[in-house]
Amino acid sequence: MSLDNKKVKEIAHLARLNMEDSDIEQATAELNNILSLMDKLGEIDTGDAEPMAHPLKMSQRLREDKVSEDDLSEEFQAIAPKTGQGHFLVPTVIE
Amino acid sequence: MTWETVIGLEIHSQLRTQSKIFSGASTAFGSKANTQACAVDLGFPGVLPVLNEEVVKMALRFGLSVNAAINKNSIFARKNYFYPDLPKGYQISQFEIPIVGEGSIEITLESGDNKTVGITRAHLEEDAGKSIHDLYDDYTAIDLNRAGTPLLEIVSEPDMSSAKEAVAYAKKIHALVQYIEICDGNMQEGSFRCDANVSVRKQGEGLGTRAELKNINSFKFLEKAINIEVDRQIDILEEGGSVVQETRLYDSIKNETRSMRSKEEANDYRYFPDPDLLPVVISDELLEEIKKDLPELPTEKKIRFIDTLGLSPYDAEVLTSQKEVAEYFESIIKQGADSKLSANWVMGDLSAALNKSQLEIVDSPISADELFLLISRITDNTISGKIAKDVFKLMWDGKGSVDEIIDKQGLKQMTDSGAIESIIDDVIANNPGQVQQFKDGNSKLLGFFVGQVMKASQGKANPKQVNEILNAKLS
Repeated sequence: MSLDNKKVKEIAHLARLNMEDSDIEQATAELNNILSLMDKLGEIDTGDAEPMAHPLKMSQRLREDKVSEDDLSEEFQAIAPKTGQGHFLVPTVIE
Repeated sequence: MTWETVIGLEIHSQLRTQSKIFSGASTAFGSKANTQACAVDLGFPGVLPVLNEEVVKMALRFGLSVNAAINKNSIFARKNYFYPDLPKGYQISQFEIPIVGEGSIEITLESGDNKTVGITRAHLEEDAGKSIHDLYDDYTAIDLNRAGTPLLEIVSEPDMSSAKEAVAYAKKIHALVQYIEICDGNMQEGSFRCDANVSVRKQGEGLGTRAELKNINSFKFLEKAINIEVDRQIDILEEGGSVVQETRLYDSIKNETRSMRSKEEANDYRYFPDPDLLPVVISDELLEEIKKDLPELPTEKKIRFIDTLGLSPYDAEVLTSQKEVAEYFESIIKQGADSKLSANWVMGDLSAALNKSQLEIVDSPISADELFLLISRITDNTISGKIAKDVFKLMWDGKGSVDEIIDKQGLKQMTDSGAIESIIDDVIANNPGQVQQFKDGNSKLLGFFVGQVMKASQGKANPKQVNEILNAKLS
């Protein structure tokens, strides 16, 4: 599998990365290098292997349903770029 | 041209937990903005999600209630998109292997027939925060109290073929999640939200292109939104156009659906398994424990109401469609009241009075115990069913208990046959013309005589005795 510049540009947009065309060129080349390694991995016969979602052979531990967090909103708001009436303020989002 | 409508629903039901799905912040509704958003909910670097045990149990309760396949190994995935009320830049959801797999639920159609609707899956996910657009001119305000609130997204098969069916299904799920106590069902507060996938096709053809309707927060609007969208799609197709696959918002004020900001690129969420969360493993013991703990489900209750209480399927459906109504009805029955009579009172006068005052049954000014007493006074012949309606009104207005009202207003039924007889004799004496007609074969006039007697007794004569004595005297 390999990517072309157009696809890389799309991916950059989805990740909100602002990339110049020359950067795209370079990124495409580098990503394709990595993908060729993936192709190498793909050559291994994994027909008998169980699919896994996580490298650790453990299961998720669960938490008791209890409120354990205090209200630290003042501390969190203090480091936010802009706040007002207890809200975080961001540039207007047009629906 | 005959068009067929195809509808599938996605229902987000907010799970009734104390704390969030991946953090120990409170889920209480209506608190001051951002006071219930902790570092995990805010997506701070270095924090890790830890799954809430109760959320898993609630999903299993739902799965078992719709006879679904339970995935004993389910995984969480990241759904990536950017929006200010999603601080991490991804929503933790389930994609490839949801905790609840395929199941089904039976709904009752208007015709009284039953229909099985397939449930594709139900998966766990976290809710996003709230964006408030009208608070400031130049900013969007973000409240992250809701961020991380546990949701169970219930996805149906496209099995519904009309807006009415979709509403019947949504109501059934709404009742179910409340019966099994996993969701408070509060639609105003957004605890139960429906999105509808709607498409039309010519009879017998393959599926048409669908539009997804969002922003529907009541059953009434669900029905209206689907109907208006179906009309829109048929108009487009009949004019030779084609439907665009898109998300549309329902505007209840204008009663129209409109396209959300047209998306040039299709959403590409780039799901991948969340490395912060391990697979969720469900043991047989846990499943068994949850199965044992499940209450009687609406469908089971309905069947019991029909089979052991002798109610009609319609009555049983109405009485079980809301947990609180079923509980109210059952607490009357448990005290020994007649089931059919009790059903009529709950579905009739009580329901009408509640509707008129816009009250829910849990806020009824007349308790189940009080209604039981009223019904008992009918069955023990203290008052007639007609007088009982007047007593009910007085009880509703807080004019006293059943017996106080009957006593004070002198409403006790007349069962002394001597007294009834003398009233009947008067009526017969005063209406010789009608008596003659009756004797000539106009049997319909019996109702006239009964009416006259009831009127003369101010509604207090026992109707059964009146009928008997009248029949005897007139024949």
